[in-house]
Amino acid sequence: MPPVTRDNAQPMSLWKIAWRSMQWRGLSSALTALSMALGVALIVAVLVMYGVLSRSFAKGAQGFDLIVGAKGGRLQLVLNTVYHLSTPIENIPWTYYKEFRPGGKYASEVSAAIPYCLGDNFEGYRVVGTTAELFQIEYVPGEHYQFASGRNFESDHYFEAVIGSQVAYFTGLRVGSKFEPTHGVSDDGQGHKHDAFRVVGILDPTGTPNDRALFVNIEGFFLLAGHAKEAPGESHAAHEHAHDHDHADSHEHHHEPLPENQREVTAILVRTASPLVMLSLPRRINKEPFAQAVMPAREIYALFEGILGNLRTVLLVLAVVVVVVASVGVMVSIYNSMSDRRREVAIMRSLGAGRRTVLVIVLLEATLLALGGGLLGLAMGHGLIGALNPLIEAETGVSIGPWEFPMYDARIGDVLELRVPLELVLIPGLILAAIVAGLLPAVAAYRTDVAKTLSG
Amino acid sequence: MLLLRDVKKSFVDPEGEVLPILDVAEFHVAAGEQVLLMGRSGSGKTTLLQIIAGLARPDSGLVQVAGQDITKLSEAVRDRFRAQNLGYVFQTFNLLPGFSAIENVLLAMSFGGQRSDRDRAATLLGRVGLGKRLRHKPSMLSVGEQQRVAVARALANRPKLLLADEPTASVDAKHQQQIIDLIRDTCREEDVALLLVTHAREVAEQFERVEQLEQFNQALAA
Repeated sequence: MPPVTRDNAQPMSLWKIAWRSMQWRGLSSALTALSMALGVALIVAVLVMYGVLSRSFAKGAQGFDLIVGAKGGRLQLVLNTVYHLSTPIENIPWTYYKEFRPGGKYASEVSAAIPYCLGDNFEGYRVVGTTAELFQIEYVPGEHYQFASGRNFESDHYFEAVIGSQVAYFTGLRVGSKFEPTHGVSDDGQGHKHDAFRVVGILDPTGTPNDRALFVNIEGFFLLAGHAKEAPGESHAAHEHAHDHDHADSHEHHHEPLPENQREVTAILVRTASPLVMLSLPRRINKEPFAQAVMPAREIYALFEGILGNLRTVLLVLAVVVVVVASVGVMVSIYNSMSDRRREVAIMRSLGAGRRTVLVIVLLEATLLALGGGLLGLAMGHGLIGALNPLIEAETGVSIGPWEFPMYDARIGDVLELRVPLELVLIPGLILAAIVAGLLPAVAAYRTDVAKTLSG
Repeated sequence: MLLLRDVKKSFVDPEGEVLPILDVAEFHVAAGEQVLLMGRSGSGKTTLLQIIAGLARPDSGLVQVAGQDITKLSEAVRDRFRAQNLGYVFQTFNLLPGFSAIENVLLAMSFGGQRSDRDRAATLLGRVGLGKRLRHKPSMLSVGEQQRVAVARALANRPKLLLADEPTASVDAKHQQQIIDLIRDTCREEDVALLLVTHAREVAEQFERVEQLEQFNQALAA
């Protein structure tokens, strides 16, 4: 018997054969790959946007370890201080805030305590009364506030303000502009207008909700009509009358600070001296009759898992649906060409290709379609994100590079926890699904009756 | 080179009736011999070639090619054996449309388990007059040129036996003789035995050995 060498062409040859088969059906292959690419681009864009959303959301909660405020809704306290959402709870006395300042009972346990006074807005953007110290510390670990223009407000210039980047962008306020806050947290046109503050600084984008807020000197905030707690024996009307003039040029006037017994703050943003304190301090504060301390990161994580966790599941399901639909597209594309393909398969078989060889060729073609469509989809999805980046950055403050991959936490039991780019799972998944979808036409190729097909 | 003994093949028609198509007591082709096989339409010529090539299985009998009874081989081994020992020229060329002329030849080498020898592929195509059309796709070649590519492809793996099934049926009269000459000359040069099937009587005069299928296919007599 003559020598018989191994069956089948070299593996590279099979790839080339599959590639040529795709090329021969160029339009059909291109349309199949394009439909797959559009699906992948969609899911990539959605995943990246989800990543932007989660990062943008989480970023706001990173700057402070604790938020101290009046007893009430824990999440509400976080939302109205960190995210400038929801309505503020009751206030807490200024004297309580002083417990966190040098000489106070909690002073040794905190490295920073920033007072927040809420309750006013300007054109729908929250106005926060606070101290200049807010802009002197990191807003998230490792990142300091930078001024796009102007400077921080000065403690003794009561009617100075610093505004977030988006406020500047959307309201047109510039350094030197004056604005009059309106009482109330939303711009419903019902609140009465306050006296004017002068913008002295505009912040660079931070990617936090602070980009959408105006920060005014707390001393000026206290002096606004209706912000002083009525002191025993003092008439409210008399106090308001005392400040009925334009404060924008207030640096030229001398103002008496509001007496401490008339002061209140909505919340205190606390950075603790150590992680241990972060855990122990809330327990002690929560025993106080009027105050509570919440960890913003924990509250936001709970919110995120509760609401956006489901969104993530929906996105993953959507990704699976896209993969399945794309795979069915591959199957339909290949199967529809089976009448032509059957003759080609028969020719290959007559030239010595085994049944397994022709089966593999069809599966390789499905793989190439999935790979081509998947990679094209990745490029289109990230290209879209790259093109939209300026808009995303302006809206959220989160800058995302065109080749930034959203990460996915994969957990296998309690043993293995992986943090992998979801797209690196998506593409192999797509290929695997395409191979499964390609099995139907591949088996048809496998079963081709060579003699009958070539005779027909 | 080729020996058939007691080879029988029948088909079952849609009504379930068994129709004998081949019953060959004995048929042989010697190494390097060129044999012309003639027969009327439907006489089983193509079926006979497909059985010799191992593309169809006989119901019974011995089909020995190069000393190997191919009916005893598994399908996978038979595929390899065919690729390495037999060349097949079809009536309708059966070139792969997505591949160039040289790639059609290289593909046959690849399926035959050989390394893709571009030099030999180019030489073969040069020998059939297509040295300047190596990269042309079948759709860019004339009918006669396509059949030339098919001849070059059939010889790619240095087969011991070339089977040609009505190779001039799709070619115009002007080119028929060229194709026949090409097949016969290249088989001589490559020392390949030839079994050529045709119903063209003018071709018969050129062969030393001409067989009429009706004379040795007892199924037709029945």
